[in-house]
Amino acid sequence: MLNRRTLLAASAAVLSAPRVACAQPATPGVTATEIKIGGIMPYSGPASAYGVIGRLEQVYFRVLNEAGGIAGRKINFISLDDGYSPPKTVEQARRLIEQERVAFLFNTLGTPTNSAIVRYVNQRKVPHLFLSTGADKWGNPQENPWTIGWQPSYRTEAQIYAKHLLAQKPDARIAVLYQNDDFGKDYLAGTRDILGDRFERQVKTVSHEVTDATIDSQIVSLQSSGADAMLTATTPKFAAQTIRKMHDIGWKPPAHYLTNVSISVAAVMQPAGPEKGVGIITSGYLKDPTDSVWRDDPGMTEWRGFMQRHMPDADHTDGNYPFSYGVSKTMEHVLRQCGNDFSRENIMKQATSLQNLEIPTLLPGIRVNTSATNYHPIRQMQLQRWTGSTWERFGEVLEGARV
Amino acid sequence: MEGLPHQIVAGIATGGIYASVALALVMIYQATHHVNFAQGEMATFSTYIALTLIQAGLPYWVAFVVTVAVSFVIGVVVERVLLRPMHDAPVLAHVGIFIGLLLVISNLSGWIFDYTVKAFPTPFDTGAPMLGGLVSGHELGSTAVTLAVLTLVYLFFRHTSLGLAMRAAAYNPVSARLVGIRVGWMLALGWGLAAAIGAVAGIMVAPVVFLEPNMMLGILLYAFAGALLGGIDNPAGAVAGGFAVGIIENIGGAYLVGTELKLTLALAIIIAVLLFKPSGLFGRVVVSRV
Repeated sequence: MLNRRTLLAASAAVLSAPRVACAQPATPGVTATEIKIGGIMPYSGPASAYGVIGRLEQVYFRVLNEAGGIAGRKINFISLDDGYSPPKTVEQARRLIEQERVAFLFNTLGTPTNSAIVRYVNQRKVPHLFLSTGADKWGNPQENPWTIGWQPSYRTEAQIYAKHLLAQKPDARIAVLYQNDDFGKDYLAGTRDILGDRFERQVKTVSHEVTDATIDSQIVSLQSSGADAMLTATTPKFAAQTIRKMHDIGWKPPAHYLTNVSISVAAVMQPAGPEKGVGIITSGYLKDPTDSVWRDDPGMTEWRGFMQRHMPDADHTDGNYPFSYGVSKTMEHVLRQCGNDFSRENIMKQATSLQNLEIPTLLPGIRVNTSATNYHPIRQMQLQRWTGSTWERFGEVLEGARV
Repeated sequence: MEGLPHQIVAGIATGGIYASVALALVMIYQATHHVNFAQGEMATFSTYIALTLIQAGLPYWVAFVVTVAVSFVIGVVVERVLLRPMHDAPVLAHVGIFIGLLLVISNLSGWIFDYTVKAFPTPFDTGAPMLGGLVSGHELGSTAVTLAVLTLVYLFFRHTSLGLAMRAAAYNPVSARLVGIRVGWMLALGWGLAAAIGAVAGIMVAPVVFLEPNMMLGILLYAFAGALLGGIDNPAGAVAGGFAVGIIENIGGAYLVGTELKLTLALAIIIAVLLFKPSGLFGRVVVSRV
């Protein structure tokens, strides 16, 4: 018979049950034979070109398992599709953390998508490692101690451009065209980091919205500022428009820096007209798989060997593969560094204590460094210049500012 | 303010884009008394068809004519298949269809032709930029095309019996049917013509803004503001309104409200017109007995 006392007893039993589970020190997803890792990728939808990153990761962990796994455990990598749609990302993150009970999330892709889950993941204290996005906000240990990026942030990139420009002309005046969102504003922040209180005097900024039909009006405004250098921080369509418009109105500032988001030869330089962009400067941190300089490079030979053996049908000129290989390699290193302690605390601790880690697909001289206060693993880049047919690297590897 | 003349010239060039799309919006309003939110996406899809034909080796103007014809057929088919069954449904149901159509066509474009930004060829000489590079040969040429389309639309509606029948079918379907006009087919014809004009607009716009599945998303809002400003039932007014919005947008963005509020400016124009002069600057004031 159901009376109040049995009901109370039953609910007490239910309430105490999870506490019994918590009393065990085990991390969700980690057993004596397995480590469960979650990933979220746009395998479908507008950003599905990035899906290849997730495909290589799946192959990478499979190969790792065949070679014996990590500390006697096999990696069980569960990579789900969110179609680059933030509400779907939330759904998949909850599924991974609450149903699949993964130990941590690895290399979830996209700024809007990760923005949708960052609070949830940090509340649950689940490591959210090496995100595939260049937004600067993933390197903020005070606010999001469980989230860390990987690639150089847009802000670091802007710092490098500003440093390079000021080294040549300390009083240079800069015109900045930025897309009015997190991505574009990171470039303002980076420029401000370097110029400090000279920012107001030396920098002229104009924004545009993604809904604008053209940026002609903005280019006209920037031209009349008479700047010595232009920094274009916008997405491919508007970058192509900018390059063409600047050429058409005959505005050729001595230096033109272009965000490395918009350096695709097929989607930006060709549509704009390859001859119109000669001399434009951008930056990179990965080895380009199409560049013959790396034919005998040990790092790229290792990567090519992996591709030929395990992904022979993939497009080996796609720069997303060296990226994915590099970030997977970093992940493997962190797991090995964990020893036999795969608690979430220790995984996070190891991810944030990488020292001068060399990754085969990163440009020579660029090393991965993290600490309890530095959540920006890659802070170095090398400049490259458009020759009319290809991007040519020049100069030393440059480092962003410490802020 | 030394850049002011330049901003105005650049505004006229951008306004030409809005004008051509506004014309397509007015066209469908004339013929069906609806504003088709999927107009922009249908135009983008047509532009992809044109690009495919050109890449297949067809001469530009042949591809142009074929695309316009194919778009006309697509427009008619959409009306017959999707809107005909909804004939007596309330306006909200139509809005639902238009938005659904927008999503379907936009994703279809991305799925078939992928999301990469593509360059689109122009038949006009762009070798020597004019007025210090502010206006290209293409922009002049496309403005001429827009004006030519406008003239054709005007002649069609004013001086052909088919045009008269279409107007009658849109304004007063019941009376039109009583005098023997096949109202259903007139609506389908209106959709076809609007899709064809949209295709022309897409082909003229793509060389300037580059082709990608969301090409028309922002343009449609500005074009809508232009069409309302000029008068939603007046093709010439809509073209003038499109140019006006281009200039207002540039001057407002550069000197008054800042670039962040350019889109807001377009929306403010829409609200101001609806509040103070719902028929637009050149539209006819409709008085109906209740």
